Amino acid sequence: MSEQGAAEESTAVLVSEFLQRRQEQIAQRWADADLFRTVFTVSRDEAVEACKAVVDALSEAAAAGRVDDITAPGFRRVRDQLGRMAASRARTGASPGQIAGEVADLRQPVIALLRGEFPDPAGDQAQECVLALTRLTGTLRVVVMETALSAGEEVIARQREQLLEVATPVIKLWDGIVAVPLIGTLDSARSQVVMESLLNAIVAERARHAILDITGVPTVDSLVAQHLMKTVAAARLMGAECVVSGIRPAIAQTIVHLGIDLGTVVTRSSLADALAYALRRQGIVVASGPPVGVSLS
Amino acid sequence: MQTSSDTGTIRLPIGSDVDLAWVRQQVRQVAAELGFGLVQQTKLVTAVSELARNTLIHGGGGQVEMTALYRGPARGLRLAFTDSGPGIRDIDQAMTDGYTTGSGLGMGLSGAKRLVQEFSIDSSPGQGTTITVAAWATGLPHPRAEAG
Ligand SMILES: Nc1ncnc2c1ncn2[C@@H]1O[C@H](COP(=O)(O)OP(=O)(O)O)[C@@H](O)[C@H]1O
Ligand SMILES: [Mg+2]
Repeated sequence: MSEQGAAEESTAVLVSEFLQRRQEQIAQRWADADLFRTVFTVSRDEAVEACKAVVDALSEAAAAGRVDDITAPGFRRVRDQLGRMAASRARTGASPGQIAGEVADLRQPVIALLRGEFPDPAGDQAQECVLALTRLTGTLRVVVMETALSAGEEVIARQREQLLEVATPVIKLWDGIVAVPLIGTLDSARSQVVMESLLNAIVAERARHAILDITGVPTVDSLVAQHLMKTVAAARLMGAECVVSGIRPAIAQTIVHLGIDLGTVVTRSSLADALAYALRRQGIVVASGPPVGVSLS
Repeated sequence: MQTSSDTGTIRLPIGSDVDLAWVRQQVRQVAAELGFGLVQQTKLVTAVSELARNTLIHGGGGQVEMTALYRGPARGLRLAFTDSGPGIRDIDQAMTDGYTTGSGLGMGLSGAKRLVQEFSIDSSPGQGTTITVAAWATGLPHPRAEAG
């Protein structure tokens, strides 16, 4: 028993040394494997670095004689990285089975390199090393799947947070002037909340002007435009005039190509311009002294 | 590797509003990496938003396949939106500005076509719908570094 244990240990040490020695070659091969290639899309160098960290982890686990142990310290060091990678794959639609398969695909190239290290690739020592390395990569697969599962939970939690983050502060900028800075995606549910809180604020503040600032809205498609127009129409019914501000140049061009006519909506490029417009319409003259800052916080 | 157009094909599900946001975000990121300028990115993402929402609302959900295109020095992005919904009976009519069978503005299909360089619809009643678009970056390419 102890003799066998000692033999296994020396095999593990051989594998560990091999991984250190061939770290660069292994990393170069892995960088083009699906698991790394599809996550590190911008820079291949980054993929290579990530691969090296995983090779290090395997080597460390082997050196400690813990080829089957997912809690080996080596794995702990790359757990974060593997979790991020698995989460990234999951977000792009890869199923857990697919991710597991991609981790399994890492085995072949490194086994081939290992075999090449032995004068007799069919000899006992070579076979034992291949077996140990196979077990080690199997352990890696379990580690990835485990981190993928917890990363998946995080993604769900984050999405839930985004959904809850529909609080839309309506700010009173001046007597009779309210503003909502819109941030993020304006899907139907979110737009409904925006419209309701704005209409409530118009009533509560007896506002005659309402400013919808869309600086923080990344995409204005036909649905968002439709929601904006509906909000403007509803505010009009309440006796308030709406001004849409913060339409960035790229978005303005895109709206035109999309074919949407915001003609009936008053627009101003910045929130400050929109406020100046509203003040003027209400007959309020602001003395031009030191510059007036508008704070949203 | 540069000439193969199926490098980096990403498939994303379209089954909810959250998916739509994620698709827009991914397209914007990949387009930026391929060297699309800000206006080009905005146009493409807006077209994607229209088509992905159609896949969700009219098609009952589906998926989009995103493929980076490399033609010589040119960099582009192809997106194929697929659903197995009711299909479109009269494509010309659906492409008309303001035509809608729902409660939208009816500007999604026609508008998306104006925002991209290539646009094609494959659809028939009961057979589902696939809409494929492509856009090309006119700025300087910013490709993934290749190793020897
Ligand atoms: N994926 C699809 N499946 C079935 N019908 C579709 C699909 N996409 C668009 N259509 C049809 O084409 C019409 C026009 O689409 P669009 O221009 O986006 O306007 P809207 O979405 O505002 O109705 C839709 O009302 C619908 O009848
Ligand atoms: Mg539409």
